[in-house]
Amino acid sequence: MTPSIETRNLTKQYGQHRALDNLSFSIPKGSVYGLLGPNGAGKTSLIRIINQITGPDSGEVFFEGQPLGPSHISRIGYLPEERGLYKKSKVGEQLLYFARLKGLSQQEALERTKDWFIRLDIKEWWNKNVEELSKGMAQKVQFIASVIHNPEFIILDEPFSGFDPVNSNIIRDEILRLHSEGATILFSTHRMDTVEELCSHILLLDKSKMVLEGPVKQVRDEFKTHLFVAVTKAPIDFEKFPWEPSAECINLEGQDGYKSSFRIPETRQSNELVLDLIQAADLVSFAEELPSFHDIFVQVVGKNKMVL
Amino acid sequence: MSKISLIIQREYLIRVRKKSFLIMTIIGPILFAAIMVLPAWLATRDSTENRVMVLDRSGLFADKFQSSKSVVFENVKGDETSQKQQVLEGEEHNLLLVIGEISGQKLPEIHLFGQSNPPLEVISMVEKQINGELKNIRLKASGIDPALVESINPEVEVRTSVLSEEGEKDGGSLAATIVGYGAGFLIYMFIFLYGSQIMMSVMEEKTSRVVEILVSSVKPFELMLGKIVGVALVGLTQFLLWVVLSFAVSTAAGKLFLDKSKVQNETQASVGKPDIETKAESKGMAMISELKNVDILKLSVCFIVYFLGGYLLYSALFAAVGSAVESQQEAQQFMMPVTIPIILSIVLAQFVIKDPHGSLAFWLSVFPLTSPVIMMVRVPFEPPVWQIILSMLMLVAGFLGTTWLAGKVFRVGILMYGKKVTWTEIAKWLKNG
Repeated sequence: MTPSIETRNLTKQYGQHRALDNLSFSIPKGSVYGLLGPNGAGKTSLIRIINQITGPDSGEVFFEGQPLGPSHISRIGYLPEERGLYKKSKVGEQLLYFARLKGLSQQEALERTKDWFIRLDIKEWWNKNVEELSKGMAQKVQFIASVIHNPEFIILDEPFSGFDPVNSNIIRDEILRLHSEGATILFSTHRMDTVEELCSHILLLDKSKMVLEGPVKQVRDEFKTHLFVAVTKAPIDFEKFPWEPSAECINLEGQDGYKSSFRIPETRQSNELVLDLIQAADLVSFAEELPSFHDIFVQVVGKNKMVL
Repeated sequence: MSKISLIIQREYLIRVRKKSFLIMTIIGPILFAAIMVLPAWLATRDSTENRVMVLDRSGLFADKFQSSKSVVFENVKGDETSQKQQVLEGEEHNLLLVIGEISGQKLPEIHLFGQSNPPLEVISMVEKQINGELKNIRLKASGIDPALVESINPEVEVRTSVLSEEGEKDGGSLAATIVGYGAGFLIYMFIFLYGSQIMMSVMEEKTSRVVEILVSSVKPFELMLGKIVGVALVGLTQFLLWVVLSFAVSTAAGKLFLDKSKVQNETQASVGKPDIETKAESKGMAMISELKNVDILKLSVCFIVYFLGGYLLYSALFAAVGSAVESQQEAQQFMMPVTIPIILSIVLAQFVIKDPHGSLAFWLSVFPLTSPVIMMVRVPFEPPVWQIILSMLMLVAGFLGTTWLAGKVFRVGILMYGKKVTWTEIAKWLKNG
């Protein structure tokens, strides 16, 4: 299937600073694509190129297989990290304006805006000035502004910042709904829990370069440490046990029992360990400890720092 | 193209719907009418009456004082202290004029007392009347009939005419000066007023980050152009409303006032007091007829061209300044070079008026940054047509030039946050863009 977005050897230079260095990746259609990286890694530069706010110095970008051009503007939605609305304008009017700038007719814009007001239950905000709204309320309006034209490709830059947990869930559900209706979503975020929860693919940028890319599962597998955690009712007698536990976690007493962890060598299977565990003590739980994206992030970006 | 029209529409509507626009639209013509009518109205209106007691020790002037509507003179006798007391009580008289003894060529000592500083009007009236009377006395003493002196006093007036191929036409340097300066000043005001509005609006979009959404839908250049055109239309609307309303208000007020003054003139005439006032009036009439000689059509066309051209030229620069900065304070340093030529042109306008066809006038009216004001000042003096055309062409070229430069700065500036912009930085944007 044609990817939603594909870049080839994308490079962007700002004076002496190289913001993007030879980026080639593709965002599969229908994916939730996480764009990760420390501050200044080049995320905003990349987003601005996809939004056609700026152009690359070299390299190409394709949207649905075609070279990215002005006709694609109305098919892309963008929620910038730095939120901005006209403070002294009415909410309804403002959304109509943004919708029409994206190429909707007056009638379509009006219908879509009304739909969103009903869906998010904010009908009474239509005639309010933005400055009368709380920060969270303004964020909702901003979210509507970025998806009002039903874009196929939605770029969300830190979409949950500024929301309380309840509103955060409302927005997450809306994002998932748009996704289930076929939109491809590009997430730029620092929140690793969001990545784990929502993303199907990730791209990690560091110092203008791509350092990790691919489906979430694949990336995790790459960083697997083959560490397994077992919880048993009684402590294990390691004098007699055939497996060597990890030094930092031996019979640690917890609520459910005693926790021990084991690093399994490549040559052996985890099932063999389970069999031995069952004989040694009552097994409460057994699971592989997968690296969190937080750990992966710190590990990759941290290592990059060490080199420097 | 339709996106630009959307931006124009929004920029226009938000401004026209603002309360301040409505207030300005109403207050403008009222102020204008007030400036035109108020002085005349005040002059005819009964002001507070000054009642002056005249204590004349010389005995020469007592009967000669002529009272006017606002100043009434009344002779009194007796001693100064009790009269002063009367002024202090201030029931009947609020001023006391004491004229000292007169002897030979020495001027009499004249002293005006009041509860507060006496009005200038009274002082000048007293001086004028005493001087006049003294002159008469001295003329008589020299054996000259004052009436003779009056009759040989010359009063010439110069009539100006402009020669052209079509014949000669009554000129009006005074009218030209007033019209030229007025039009020039109006353009100056509009450029400032609406140019700074553009700057503020760009800054607002930049600091509120609305611009991120906007430029993901339209090109920065389209955004800038849409804003500039939208605000220009607001300016034109306001100006047209002003013209219509001012005309209505001043005609109405003028009618009201003229009817009154006519009645007064008639009564005054019947009393038989032909003096300086009527002369001033005839001069005013001459001014009005001079004004009628100014080519209104040519003037209006020029005004609209220079108004729009000047505004477009400067607003592009203002937009560029707004895009480069993040706060009002920061804006100041970049405003300077933009505002200097426009301020300079209004300052130099007075020299241009003194010599409307000199080389200073020519160069300033061709240079696009000063031509909107300077050429407008010159137009009523009928400069050669080729100069007007040259100046307009230069203005169009200038406008295209500044818009092109401003577009480059704008494109980079509006997306540049958290960084103090310097001149070298802007030069870099211009080079790279």
